[in-house]
Amino acid sequence: MTVRDALNTAMEEEMLRDENVFILGEEVARYNGAYKVTKGLLDKFGEKRVVDTPITEMGFGGLAVGAALAGLRPICEFMTFNFSMQAIDQIVNSAGKTYYMSGGSHPCPVVFRGPNGAAAGVGAQHSQDYAAWYGQIPGLKVISPWSAEDCKGLLKAAIRDPNPVVFLENEMLYGVTFPMSAEAMSDNFLLPIGKCKVEREGSDITIVAHSKMVTHSLEAADELAKEGVKAEVVNLRSIRPLDIDTIKKSVKKTNRLVIVEGGFPAFGVGSEICARIVESEAFDYLDAPVERVTGADVPTPYSAPLEALAFPDTPLIVKVAKRALYRSN
Amino acid sequence: MLRTARRSFLPYRSLQRHRGLATATPIIPANTHGHLPTSQSPITPKLHFFNSVTPDGTQIPTYRVLDGVGNVLEGADFPEIDRALARRMYEQMLQLPVIDNLLYNVQRQGKISFYMTAHGEEATLIGSAAALADDDEILSQYREMAVLLWRGFGFDEIMAQCFGNHEDTCTKGKQMPIHFGSRAHHFHTISSTLATQIPQAAGVAFALTRDPLRRGKNCAAVYFGEGAASEGDFHAGMLLASTIPSPTLFIARNNGFAISTPASEQFHGDGIAARGPGYGVHTIRVDGNDVLAVYSAVKEARRLCLQEGRGVLVEAMTYRVGHHSTSDDSFAYRPRQEVEDRKRIDNPIARFRKFLDARGWWSDAEEDAYKDRVKKEIMKAFRRGETMQHHPVSEMFNDVYGGQEPWNIKEQREELKALLKKYGKDWEPWRNELKKFKGEGKELSE
Repeated sequence: MTVRDALNTAMEEEMLRDENVFILGEEVARYNGAYKVTKGLLDKFGEKRVVDTPITEMGFGGLAVGAALAGLRPICEFMTFNFSMQAIDQIVNSAGKTYYMSGGSHPCPVVFRGPNGAAAGVGAQHSQDYAAWYGQIPGLKVISPWSAEDCKGLLKAAIRDPNPVVFLENEMLYGVTFPMSAEAMSDNFLLPIGKCKVEREGSDITIVAHSKMVTHSLEAADELAKEGVKAEVVNLRSIRPLDIDTIKKSVKKTNRLVIVEGGFPAFGVGSEICARIVESEAFDYLDAPVERVTGADVPTPYSAPLEALAFPDTPLIVKVAKRALYRSN
Repeated sequence: MLRTARRSFLPYRSLQRHRGLATATPIIPANTHGHLPTSQSPITPKLHFFNSVTPDGTQIPTYRVLDGVGNVLEGADFPEIDRALARRMYEQMLQLPVIDNLLYNVQRQGKISFYMTAHGEEATLIGSAAALADDDEILSQYREMAVLLWRGFGFDEIMAQCFGNHEDTCTKGKQMPIHFGSRAHHFHTISSTLATQIPQAAGVAFALTRDPLRRGKNCAAVYFGEGAASEGDFHAGMLLASTIPSPTLFIARNNGFAISTPASEQFHGDGIAARGPGYGVHTIRVDGNDVLAVYSAVKEARRLCLQEGRGVLVEAMTYRVGHHSTSDDSFAYRPRQEVEDRKRIDNPIARFRKFLDARGWWSDAEEDAYKDRVKKEIMKAFRRGETMQHHPVSEMFNDVYGGQEPWNIKEQREELKALLKKYGKDWEPWRNELKKFKGEGKELSE
C-alpha cells in the first residue's frame, strides 16, 4: 500500500467509526486534497464532514481548536507544515495548553496533519522540518511516521487520542509503496504513540532516524553490511513522547549512536536524543561520541544540486557511521 | 431639474447636483454599459472611489433606546422587558463594581497577582448576557466575568480561581487570575492570547450545527475588545463564520482603549462595525452604555444568527473607566478629568437607575440594602478563599495530557516524590511551604 493510501484509509475508517471525526483544510474536499491524500472522502462523507476552508491557517486552525473544545474530533490539514506557522499560536497556546490551564475540564482532541520537511525543488519556505519546534511543547503529542504501516496505525491512534496531536508526514513518501501485514490492513489496527520500532536489528552501531531519513538509514545499513558492519536501525515514529528507553537499550547493545534527521541541526531532535543518552546510564556504554547527521544550517536552497547538498543522503550516513566506528581515514 | 437644454445631460448628472457628498455612489440606469460574466456588480464608466459602508458617507449610526437620563427615546425600537428582568439586570450591574473594587484592592495588597476590572462596561456585559440563552456557548476575552456571574457562577468560585486555592475547579491553580472557565455554565476557559477565541468560536458554532439537539437553538457568542479586533484572528474568524458558515455572534466591546492605545490609533476605518459588511455579516452598532439597547440589539442579533446560521456582529460603544488591569496606570496616558467626566456624564448604572425609578421598580433603600449585602457576601468569600490551602502539590503534573500518562510526566512526579521524601519533613523551609498545599505533600512523600 502506498503511504498516501494508508493515510486515506486511516481517515476513512476513523470517520466511519466515529461521526464526530471530520476533516478541514484548504483543497481537502472538491480538489481531493492538494496531495490527494483526502481523495474520495468528500464523495463518501459529504460537505459537513470534509470541509473546504478559505485561505487562513489562523482561521481554520482556530476553528479546528474551537470545534475540538466543543466535542468534535477535527483533522486539520495544513498544506505543508511551513504554513502551520501562521496558526502556531492556536496549536501551541490553545490546543497544547488548554487542557492543563483548565484543570482538565477542556480537552482538545484535534489532529493537525500535513507534509513536513523536505520536498523536491520547492525552496526554503516549503522545506522546513518542524519536529523540533512542536516536539518541545508539553501538552502536544508529535508523530513523525515513515512507512505505510506507521501512517495507518499512528494516524488512527492520533485521531482516537484525547490530546492534540501534530502528525508530520512527508510529501516524498506519499507515493512510496510498503508491504502491509494482514493485521495492518484491518480497520482496528492501532500503533502506540510514543514507541519506536527497531526496523533492522544489529549489534555494531545504532542509527536512529525519523520519517524519510529511515529510508536512507536502511540503505546505509545495507552498505555497511557489505563491509561486515551490522547496523541497528531504529525508526523513532514519535517525537513526543520520545521513546528514549528503546534507544538506550539499543545503545547498550551496540555502544555507538548516530542520529539522522532532515531538520536543522541547532536545538533539534538529534540534540535532544544526544542529551538524554548522555544523561542516562547509556552514557557509560558509549565507545564513541554521539554523532548527528542533520540538514544543513541554511534555508533550503532551490537549485537541485544545492538542495541535494542541504539534506543527508545515504553515503553521508555511511561515512558518519564509519567515523563513529573509528573506521574512517 | 434641468435648467437649460444646451447640453444633453444623462439622468444621473442631474441627480448628482442634488447630492451633498462626493463619496456618494452614482446611480446608473440599468443595462447601459454591459455586465461582468460572474457578478451582479453594476457597471460604471466613472472613476469613483468609495470609502464608506453607509449610503451617504456618514458614520454607522449607533442604536440606543434610553437617553442620557434614562428616558425612553421617542420612536425607539424598545425591547420587551418586565419588572423582574429589569431588576435582575440592574442588580447584576450594581454588584459588579463592588466585586471589582474589592478584588482590585486585594491585588494591590499583594494577595493575588493580577486582576482586571470592568468599570464603565456594566451595561455592555449584562445587556448582552441577558439576551443570550443560558446554554449558548460563550468564548470571552478577559473582561467578561459579569457574563459568568449572570449565569450563576458563585463568589466562592471567583475567589477560588483568583487565589488558586483547592476549590478552584476552573483551572486547578494552573492559570493566572480572571482566567475563568466552566463547562456547566457553557463558558469556555479564557485564554490570554488575544483574539484567538474568535476563530475558535466559529469552530464551536460549527460543532453546534453538527449536533441535532442544538442546531438552530444555540449559537456561540464571542467577546473581544476593539484592540483585539486588530488581530488577524478577528479577520479569520469573521471570514470562517460567514463562509463555512457557522452561527457565531461577534460582540465587540469598543471601550476606547487597548491599554494605552486609543481607538483613534487602533484603526482608520469606522470602528469595528464597518468591517462586518466586508465579510457579508449582518452588523449593528449599539450604545454600549444603554443596557436596554444592548439587550435589544443582542437579542435580535442572536435571532438573525440562528435563523441564517451565519456570523452576526454587534459593536457596543462604551468607555473603559478603570485601568486596563492592575499592571496599568491609565492616568499616564489620559487626563483624570476625562475619566471623571465620563463617570458623571454617561454612567450606565445611573442611566438605568433613572429608568427604573421612573417606573417605581427600584428605590434608594433597596439600593443601599443590596450593595451592603453584596459587600458582605463578597468579603465573606474573600476571607474564606484567602486562607484556603492550594491544590495538592501532586496536581502540578496532572492534566498535561489526557488518557495514559507519558513517561516524562511520570518521571517528573517520581523525582518530586523522592525530593519530598528526603526533605519534606526534615527541612524547615520545605516543611512550612508544604503546609500551603492540601495534603501537605503527604500523597507523594508517604
